Amino acid sequence: MNAPTIWIIFPLAIGMLLLFINNQRVLSLMGGVIGLLLALGAQYIPIELAITVAGTSLKVESSLTVLGRVLLIQPTEGPLLALIYGGVALWFFGAEASRAATRLVPIGFMITALMVASIAVEPFLYAALFIEMAVLLAIPLLTPIYSPPSRGVTRFLIYQTLAMPFIMLAGWLLGGVEASPGDLALAAQSASMLGLGFAFLLAIFPLFSWVPMLSEETSPYILGFVMWIVPTITIIFGAGFLDRYSWLRSSPELTVALRLAGLAMLVTGGLFAAFQRNLARIMAYGAIAETGFSILALSLNSTLGIPILFLLIPARALGLAVWSLSVTVIKEHVETMRFGPSRGLLRILPFAGTGMIVATLSTAAFPLLAGFPARLALWENLARDSISSALWMGLGIIGLLISAFRSLAVISMAEEFTSWEPRESLTQQIMLGLGVIGLFVLGLFPQTIQYFLSDLPLMFERLGR
Amino acid sequence: MALTLAWIAVVMILVTSVGLLLVRDWRWTIILLAVQYLGIFILTLQHWPVGMASVKLVAGWMSAAILGMTRSGLPSQDADEQDLWPRGRLFRLFAAGMVVLIVAVATRGVDTIMADAGYAVSGGSLLLIGMGLLHLGITSYILRVVIGLMTVLSGFEVLYSAVEGSILVAALLAVINLGLALVGAYLLVAENTQPEVEVE
Repeated sequence: MNAPTIWIIFPLAIGMLLLFINNQRVLSLMGGVIGLLLALGAQYIPIELAITVAGTSLKVESSLTVLGRVLLIQPTEGPLLALIYGGVALWFFGAEASRAATRLVPIGFMITALMVASIAVEPFLYAALFIEMAVLLAIPLLTPIYSPPSRGVTRFLIYQTLAMPFIMLAGWLLGGVEASPGDLALAAQSASMLGLGFAFLLAIFPLFSWVPMLSEETSPYILGFVMWIVPTITIIFGAGFLDRYSWLRSSPELTVALRLAGLAMLVTGGLFAAFQRNLARIMAYGAIAETGFSILALSLNSTLGIPILFLLIPARALGLAVWSLSVTVIKEHVETMRFGPSRGLLRILPFAGTGMIVATLSTAAFPLLAGFPARLALWENLARDSISSALWMGLGIIGLLISAFRSLAVISMAEEFTSWEPRESLTQQIMLGLGVIGLFVLGLFPQTIQYFLSDLPLMFERLGR
Repeated sequence: MALTLAWIAVVMILVTSVGLLLVRDWRWTIILLAVQYLGIFILTLQHWPVGMASVKLVAGWMSAAILGMTRSGLPSQDADEQDLWPRGRLFRLFAAGMVVLIVAVATRGVDTIMADAGYAVSGGSLLLIGMGLLHLGITSYILRVVIGLMTVLSGFEVLYSAVEGSILVAALLAVINLGLALVGAYLLVAENTQPEVEVE
């Protein structure tokens, strides 16, 4: 038995098998339970260490050879897998409430397996190929066969596909730079290629136009899942570049570029959300701003930045899951997601309305919510480096806060004497209720997840040390 | 001999990629795409053995077949397609000429960066990338978008074959090509399906 078989091939096969099941509840429960088991296994089963189970000695090998190359899951990557599959379980448990389980669970498993493969493949440059395959699988997830594909889907396909050649060529050029570090022209070329590749992949400003488009055209819950899994693992893949190439890690230009990209995403995401009059698009801009926070964390000194980057992941997963589930429930009950038809929704969708507002506030670093501890640490360390950057970050956060309060004003603006008549299903109420409680728990007791996060920086050889 | 063949492949790619920009009939589009993959195969042969290079040819032809078979089963869309397509053939020819000019200028520099892959390989791949990007820039019709993406990726594959000879990479790129064609077929079918209420 080896780790790539358990955490890559098995989920891939499970995803294919689940395509034959049509029951939302069964799929959601099966997906959630399997995801949870994979997460627990990743956290507690040691890799490359013999264990005895019922008198039998077992050892999970770390590598699997495929066509002359290796899929390698290091023992130090266990906590990361636990975090990824834990997040996946969270999304799949909520899939029934979003009525998207028939597509999300099977294809979601396959996408997750490919994204994990992108972290495991050696040489790591081939990761771009696995990410591209995951992107191709995301198309049937985002577009059901019975509805015409939207412009957002086409743009998503184009942008994400264009990222792959840039990253692979950049990776090859980076090898050349390592061989001759004095060649500044080659270094600049490879860094530009790498930057372009990640700009496409992470939807960095101004290449994020497909995100708000898709938020209106597809199920917000499915978009939320894609906007969680792809950027999260892509950023870890990007951090892998910094870990491997010392000249890249120590380059002041790269720090500036990362900071500018992160701030551009955060400020544009925050400000566009503040002026937006569509609840689904506000969520899309919130997701863009979330990626901005992660990129900003990468721009910090890695000893501080990497733990903050990992601290952002659980808050992002839970926040985006609650937000997108709330928006999905709201979308079921209104003609359009614009402010006009959404007036007074809180009276008929109290759980969805509360979930949406709390998740928006969490993204906007509101105290006592899940997003607060990581953002506070990020802001504090950013301010030490550059006051102007911290002010720009504050501007982005203010934009997000304005969007939260505008949304709250709109959904609570009901006619006088309108009675409270919750229309969410019991499953939706339970999932949203648990999600909101989770956002408070993560905000009030951030140390509870430190047990899972503390060993994560060990997956890098140099970053975070 | 091999070099002559490579330059013939470049001419073939020039003709097919410009043809893809100009023709409106989907049958000709698929035929030109298939011929383009023959040119790609010949250019890949400059650095890869026949066995590995033929993976690109087979995957490319299979992708063209998937797109062709899907499109043949759909109702005529030519009127809709033309609405999304800049009308002037002269304009597209001029744009293609600009791409050729840029490629001619950039080939030498790229060839130096790409470990002296050969002018034919560098030029041919840049031509494919340029024409593919041009294609993506002037249309939003699904079939043409997918063909544009396949053209860009083909250019990259030719260039990358000069520096990387891994079997895994060849296999994964073939899977991506086929996946792109399948996604294109899926979106083409979705585009032509009457909207229904989802029953789950």
